[in-house]
Amino acid sequence: MPHIYIDGKRIETQSGKTIIEAAYDNGLYVPHFCWHPELSVAGNCRMCLVEVGLPKRLPNGEFETDSNGNIVVSFLPKLQIACATQVSDGMHVRINHDKVIKAQEAVMEFLLINHPLDCPICDEAGQCKLQEYAFNHSRGESRFEETKNHKDKRVSWGPNVLFDAERCISCSRCIRFAKEIAKQDVLTFVQRGDHVTIKVQDGAKFDNNYSMNVIDICPVGALTSPDFRFKSRVWDMSFNNSICMGCSRGCNIQIGVRNNEILRIEPKTNMYVNKYWMCDYGRLSYYKKINENRVTNPTIKKNGVQIEVTWDEAISTAASILRKYKPSEMMFIGSGRSSTENNYALARFAKNVAKSMNLDYYERIDQTFADDFLRTNDLNPNAAGCRSVGIVPSSDKFSLKNIPENIKNGSIKLVYIMDEDFDLDEKYIQALQNAEAIIVHSLNHSKLTEIADVVFASSYFAESEGTFVNIDKRVQYFEPALVTSENLHRMGMKMSRLDKFGAPNDRWTQKELRNCRPAWKVLNMLASQFSVNFNYNKAEDVFNDIAHNIGQFNGMSYRLLKKHQGIILGKASNPDPVLHNYESHYMKPN
Amino acid sequence: MNINTENIEKNRMNFWEKIYLPEIARGLGLTLKRMFRPKMTRQYPEERWDPLGSYRGRPVLVDEDGKERCVACGLCSRVCPALAIEVQAAETPDDKERFPAKFEINMLRCIYCGFCEEVCPEEAIVMSKDYELVFASQESAIMNKEQLLVPVAQLQARLEFLRRYR
Repeated sequence: MPHIYIDGKRIETQSGKTIIEAAYDNGLYVPHFCWHPELSVAGNCRMCLVEVGLPKRLPNGEFETDSNGNIVVSFLPKLQIACATQVSDGMHVRINHDKVIKAQEAVMEFLLINHPLDCPICDEAGQCKLQEYAFNHSRGESRFEETKNHKDKRVSWGPNVLFDAERCISCSRCIRFAKEIAKQDVLTFVQRGDHVTIKVQDGAKFDNNYSMNVIDICPVGALTSPDFRFKSRVWDMSFNNSICMGCSRGCNIQIGVRNNEILRIEPKTNMYVNKYWMCDYGRLSYYKKINENRVTNPTIKKNGVQIEVTWDEAISTAASILRKYKPSEMMFIGSGRSSTENNYALARFAKNVAKSMNLDYYERIDQTFADDFLRTNDLNPNAAGCRSVGIVPSSDKFSLKNIPENIKNGSIKLVYIMDEDFDLDEKYIQALQNAEAIIVHSLNHSKLTEIADVVFASSYFAESEGTFVNIDKRVQYFEPALVTSENLHRMGMKMSRLDKFGAPNDRWTQKELRNCRPAWKVLNMLASQFSVNFNYNKAEDVFNDIAHNIGQFNGMSYRLLKKHQGIILGKASNPDPVLHNYESHYMKPN
Repeated sequence: MNINTENIEKNRMNFWEKIYLPEIARGLGLTLKRMFRPKMTRQYPEERWDPLGSYRGRPVLVDEDGKERCVACGLCSRVCPALAIEVQAAETPDDKERFPAKFEINMLRCIYCGFCEEVCPEEAIVMSKDYELVFASQESAIMNKEQLLVPVAQLQARLEFLRRYR
């Protein structure tokens, strides 16, 4: 295997790799703007200039050494770009060297000539590569005294992307992304020299399923999201790791929260699942469901109206309803949107406490949703997890699709629905109107919560931790991003600065603090009403129970899931190797 | 543990100070002398003090041509050590692109340090001369944008001070 030396440090690498790749594989950093590991090499920003040399050889083929016995390296007189120079055996590379630093300073001075330096009003500020490099690799002053070029601002490329031509440093990442990843080759450079700008081809729109990724990979604030624009500064938000619940791909995401409200969702690198990308649907659609129209307290129906009650009252009411029916008259509906822990707790409750085998979940399939990149037709993020913990009907007669007939002929009287609202299918809501009793865990107010006898305020995503099993059977861990009155004391440092230090008399902390709980916790309390002790105190207890009882999960733990960025079912003893990940977006404070 | 310490108190006062009475007389003498000097006290509610430009009173937003200069960058909010400032930006069709849809200063939190003024890239928030701040309730101490806006003409002394000394 060839090896190279970067700043004197020996690094093993493969032939064919470029210097920047070799450096990154080993956790070393080379400043760069236009290079991106998933895109072709453009080599136009010149930020990754490094000094490259090979050892000198004597006529007999031996390495020439100096008086101290060190190998003499003859460096090339001109600097090379690390992103396009391939490694060769024994190569010496200098990154932190006077000549290189001087070159970086010069490049930064050129890049900043026409950059407006309007960081205070730029959404990217705080996670901007140019800003970071201006601080780390620049002299901090410009010799350019002439007036700057003015270009178009607020140009709409498509429904989800706005372009500010003045801020653009012409790295061409977005152009290459459109061509190579999104396969919608509509972006191009126009003009020359300092008038160069990027345009969408006439008559075309940059509106593919993945268009918003260009906002992330843009090293400056030239591309912004109309959805997020000016909502918050990045340093005021907290970013917590989670899993997208748009479809069953299970893209790794980060949830940006301020004032206990989700403001932005952006991809997090996981080379085994989504690499650096995610689709626009995942960013824009479901987070509003979590911010708005929430069930904030448990309610029970009295005289046809939902009345807010305490948790104890709601649970004892639910228990008394459950006692009224025979096990065969109950039907338990799990949810592909809810975590594996919740579904496992439901399956355990149904089988061990209610003694009912009537379990199923709602398959949310949209045949038009998938594409050939990340999106899948199964819109449930955790359908595989649901099945693997036993949310499967014991017989076809008592499956979800037969529930309308079963309710009509009276064989099912009580329906217990966990974290499901049948938003794609009116027919179930219609059928459930005739059920004698309905107990629901729900995130939002919906038609279902109107007809339910007991509604538990639920937090199955972004407010609780848990695991999802994606379409490739990968078990992935997600952590809470929002605060509820239940997890308040544990969120602590995961909250944004303002949320963390706000007092009750500050207005910015007056955002809804919901009294909702994950389903496993409610089921734990409900089981104790039937003198069965689940002994669950935190989600991890439930997961450890799953890992202990279900073969495919054997050997898994939250710690391992976090370390390996998810483990395929049944492969806990042989997980995927841990990689050196780096974010396409600059990491932000917090 | 034994530490060698020295009693420095014992050398602090000389003999005349220790016997106390001469010092009493000296103090009374000083009081007597002051009685014949011009008065420094001000008859406050009637006689008001007009601070100089360097005075750091209530922070206010500069109102220029009927509009705030502020672009809602949030730097004041970030730098505020007491977390007194809350800014919510929104988009405007103007050239400056963004404006504060909400700008609130909690005057109970404010410590008048002037960091917000120092960090402001637009000279949009400055410390005014207002020093009479009384609130009947916690809610009324939270000042909104309308309460904070002050025409630029009234802030000339402070702006001149900043131009000279900052």
